[in-house]
Amino acid sequence: MMIQYIAILLMLVGIYGLLSQRNVIKMIVSLNIFEIGLNVFIISIGYVKDGVAPILTSVNNSSSLMFVDPLPHALVLTAIVIGVGVTALALALARKMHKKYGTYELDEMGGEA
Amino acid sequence: MKQVISIILVLLIGVLIFGALYFSSDESLKFNEYGKVNLADRVSEKYIDKSVNGGSGVVEYQKSEGLESGSANYVTSIIVNYRSFDTLGEVTVLFISAFGVALLLGGKRKRQKNMFEPNFILKHGARLVFGLMVIFGVYMFSHGHLTPGGGFPGGSIIAASILLLYMADNEFRAKMKSLKATEGIAGSLYVIIGLLAVVLGGYFLANFLPTGIVGDLLSGGVIPIVYILIGLKVGSELSGIIDSFVTKEVE
Amino acid sequence: MRAIFLKTEREVNKVQILEIVEIVIGALMLIIGIMAINAKKLLNSIIYLSIISMLAVVAFVLMKAPDVAVTEAVIGSGLVTAIFVFTLFSTRKEGEDL
Repeated sequence: MMIQYIAILLMLVGIYGLLSQRNVIKMIVSLNIFEIGLNVFIISIGYVKDGVAPILTSVNNSSSLMFVDPLPHALVLTAIVIGVGVTALALALARKMHKKYGTYELDEMGGEA
Repeated sequence: MKQVISIILVLLIGVLIFGALYFSSDESLKFNEYGKVNLADRVSEKYIDKSVNGGSGVVEYQKSEGLESGSANYVTSIIVNYRSFDTLGEVTVLFISAFGVALLLGGKRKRQKNMFEPNFILKHGARLVFGLMVIFGVYMFSHGHLTPGGGFPGGSIIAASILLLYMADNEFRAKMKSLKATEGIAGSLYVIIGLLAVVLGGYFLANFLPTGIVGDLLSGGVIPIVYILIGLKVGSELSGIIDSFVTKEVE
Repeated sequence: MRAIFLKTEREVNKVQILEIVEIVIGALMLIIGIMAINAKKLLNSIIYLSIISMLAVVAFVLMKAPDVAVTEAVIGSGLVTAIFVFTLFSTRKEGEDL
């Protein structure tokens, strides 16, 4: 129960970082913190007390035991890999921004209003 | 001033989320208590009994034969067999992000000067560890239907081994032409297997090979073949992204 | 009767230890998250993000999810930290501190 509340609080910490920081690298770090909290929350929905991991082995060898829900695991596997793709594209954009303006702060970048 | 406004907004969002999930009076929106879930209310019970298209009986390890998806790992059978179209969409999203990185940081590139000189242990130990890491990555994506793991962590381990070679030597560069050829061929073969399944199985991405006994190495029909293709594609894509980040443009 | 009493006492101890470990790991994740946002240097912020990723792997293992734990361990420690550090290294001048 506590890990579900803490995952929601971690998501709120990530949103606070996105709203209040003005450095591009710190905004990308806050986006990653938000995604980690979201993944922990989705897996905590499917947890069954006294369940076992969803794999048939020679010790748990029948489908009438109590397994943990395997559907959120499939959704989170996709979400982790897509998070890596988004982070790579955002960092490539940040590097091009530094090459043009010379700084990472959003307040010092000039340009037309 | 900006910090005070952002703290107030975040507290407002937090109160809304907590109130809607745990204290609402609408029974269809409220969460169960943590850990007390009845799996018979959810669709996952049909995934565990392997009876989505009808069928019955208890699934046993190394006894049941000819099921509708014969892999022993339940998460693999969901990702590659029951919901294989979502995996095709995710492979497409990874391809678009690697394509975007190569477009932004493109042009003619050469290796940039490292900020430190590699140590003696790093220089000569990296060759040994590279061989072990590649073997471990290939083991992980070829046994994806028997042990935890699968195509995505297996491909990432291969990309991490190429990152190790980049850091151990100042002049090393991977061959980009063979990486791009591997990625293109693996992605197209996945779609071709899907179209072949329309002819042989009836619908896109069906399982048309015979599924053997649950728990053997050659079981599961088309599942090990698809995971090998996904592992190779993810590994070469992430290696291409790492190469774009380490080099810099030629002036 | 005394054997039954000792066995239930050991089981109660094991359940309490797992709950205490969950609470400690959750509190550490929150504290390091706030430290990562208010850090002065950029390199410290990236290292705190890597620590949060490793604590999330421990939380996944406690909730009996081995596939997700292996994927997050490889990606969170190897690839994301590496591309952050390479972006930071390529945009600083010679001899300057990060």
